[in-house]
Amino acid sequence: MTNPYLLDVRGLHKSFGHTEVLAGIDFQVAERELVFVIGPSGSGKSTLLRCCNLLEEPTSGTVTVDGVDLTAPGVDINKMRQRIGMVFQSFNLYPHMTASGNVTLALRKVLKQGRAEAAETALAALERVGMADKAEAFPNELSGGQQQRVAIARALALEPKIMLFDEPTSALDPELVGSVLKVMQDMRESGMTMVVVSHEMQFARAAADRVTFIDGGLIVEEGPPEQMFSNPTFPRTREFLARVAHA
Amino acid sequence: MDILVENFFNLAIMQSALPTVLTGFGMTLLLVAVVVPVGFAGGLLVALVSGARSRLLRWPMIAYVDFFRAFPPLVLLIFIHAGLPFAGIDLPAFAAVTLAFFLNTSCYYGEILRAGIESIGKGQMEAARSTGLTKLLAMTNVILPQAVRNVLPDLISNTLEVVKLTSIASVVALPELLYSAEMARSISYNASPIILAAGLYLLLLWPVVRLLSRLEHRLAA
Amino acid sequence: MNDWDRFVFSFFNSDVIEQYLPSIVDGFFLTCLLAIQIVVAGIALGLVLALIRSLKFTPVDLLIVLYADLLRALPPLVLIILFYFALPSVGISMSGFTVVWLTLTLVLGAFAEEIFRAGIVSIDKGQWQAARSTGLTHIQTLISVVLPQAIRITVPPLTNRTIAITKNTALGSVVGVGEILNQATTAQSFSGNASPLMLGAAAYLLLFIPVVVFGRWIETRFAWKRQ
Repeated sequence: MTNPYLLDVRGLHKSFGHTEVLAGIDFQVAERELVFVIGPSGSGKSTLLRCCNLLEEPTSGTVTVDGVDLTAPGVDINKMRQRIGMVFQSFNLYPHMTASGNVTLALRKVLKQGRAEAAETALAALERVGMADKAEAFPNELSGGQQQRVAIARALALEPKIMLFDEPTSALDPELVGSVLKVMQDMRESGMTMVVVSHEMQFARAAADRVTFIDGGLIVEEGPPEQMFSNPTFPRTREFLARVAHA
Repeated sequence: MDILVENFFNLAIMQSALPTVLTGFGMTLLLVAVVVPVGFAGGLLVALVSGARSRLLRWPMIAYVDFFRAFPPLVLLIFIHAGLPFAGIDLPAFAAVTLAFFLNTSCYYGEILRAGIESIGKGQMEAARSTGLTKLLAMTNVILPQAVRNVLPDLISNTLEVVKLTSIASVVALPELLYSAEMARSISYNASPIILAAGLYLLLLWPVVRLLSRLEHRLAA
Repeated sequence: MNDWDRFVFSFFNSDVIEQYLPSIVDGFFLTCLLAIQIVVAGIALGLVLALIRSLKFTPVDLLIVLYADLLRALPPLVLIILFYFALPSVGISMSGFTVVWLTLTLVLGAFAEEIFRAGIVSIDKGQWQAARSTGLTHIQTLISVVLPQAIRITVPPLTNRTIAITKNTALGSVVGVGEILNQATTAQSFSGNASPLMLGAAAYLLLFIPVVVFGRWIETRFAWKRQ
């Protein structure tokens, strides 16, 4: 039986010491879907995202990506991570490498592409995020928005099946947010499956297929954006959305 | 195994060497109590002068620092001990050691303190001067306390090196810890006194090494 | 002979200088040889130990920490005397050169391990996560992403430490290694004249002034990274 979901998280628990951050999450994402994950800080949304590529080891539960259970013994997690792109709040570009170097590193070391081939792939990926002209620039020569787009290209170049975004615009000056959202919009239109943890509610309203609200390590409710934003079922969701709207 | 214990951890020999070795340990502590403050005071002077605005003051001081940092401390010591008598100056061993250490450690303390002073923003000096403090008062009350705190790990690390370095005084027959242990070894033909001395060095310095590891990792984090 | 003549005779005696210059030159090259071997082996040892420690295998980590602590706490001269005079009694005999090389390599290795380790630890966790999220292994991340950044931070302290430890080659004179200091003091006692000491001093200045100036340059060149 094939799994209808590209990402299928079941019964996910995660504790740090005695603190339970995720208390039993069931979360599915279908192919070409864009799912927004929202919730107060400390609700566990970033941890959920990090469990999806096993940057955090789940305490219990399963994470299945593209039909492969990542938590099963013997799974080549590094191979699977090529298919799961991740974008971080603080970009995490390698400061000692150019934009192109940042993108080619995994192409060469993980996909074993040759230098020329990797450079070509990297340039194509940078082109997609509008950064081809900055291929030889170092991260400290780029604005925050430009750095984040290079970070997206770094993930895109590996041709992932799914992309995880961990608050991709939170560290950006307001005037730079648009350029990154534009790239994400383009990716959505080209059919990329995406999970986005973010506070950009406008963008969620415009682009998301589904919004998932997490609080206290559990999914409180989820639904299409129009329903979630105009008529949420639970008071907790309503309170959170009211607070975010006023922020 | 037995031969190892017999030669290195021989309790009977350690016991008979203990008084000599402890006396040496006392001499090491005395040496530290003299050369560390003297070197630090010299370092303070080096730092203040090499940070001066006048090139006439600064350049000779930088030359002094680089000159004496180029010599291994043991070389300075031997030259003072064996060379100065040719110029009619015959220093007792303790004075020779103190002079050699002063020339060496004042440079190292000086470089560290200078970096510390440079790490404090100009605004601090300006603020202090604007309240009417003299340059010297501003330096001692405002700049130096912050500077010392900023370079505390380096200062501790250098002091650790100075304490270890006192062992070279054994070469000019100053009866400090290593010299006493070496005497006891050559009398007993057994290395246990050296192990005993190593144990005393560890007792004194291991806590400092641990402290330094903590400080460095905390700064790195 | 007036005072000045006597001073020149004792410290800058051309006959004595001519006679002992060759042995000081020998000492100079031996010091260089010893120093280079210590620097290469010590830094390599420190790097390997730091890499092993980043694999977080607890029992091995503890051994490395113990080793690094001991060698940082003990005066090198104590170790040299122990290795040279005491080890033969258990059947291990090494030349003075080997003893000094081994001791100072172990000491430099201990300091270098701590410096590399501090550099690796100082790299932001996000760098690890970003690299691992693209499928790089732990080792690949360490080598390609973390180490190149860590090494920048480690260059100034490592340079200073290396210079300080190579100067300890002078301790070789205590166990009969024919390096500069040993040649100078031997010549001084044979000739009853201080000129060989001046030659020795000149040799040290020739060798270490460039090194010290280089160290100063490294400090300022990399200063921006230490904020």
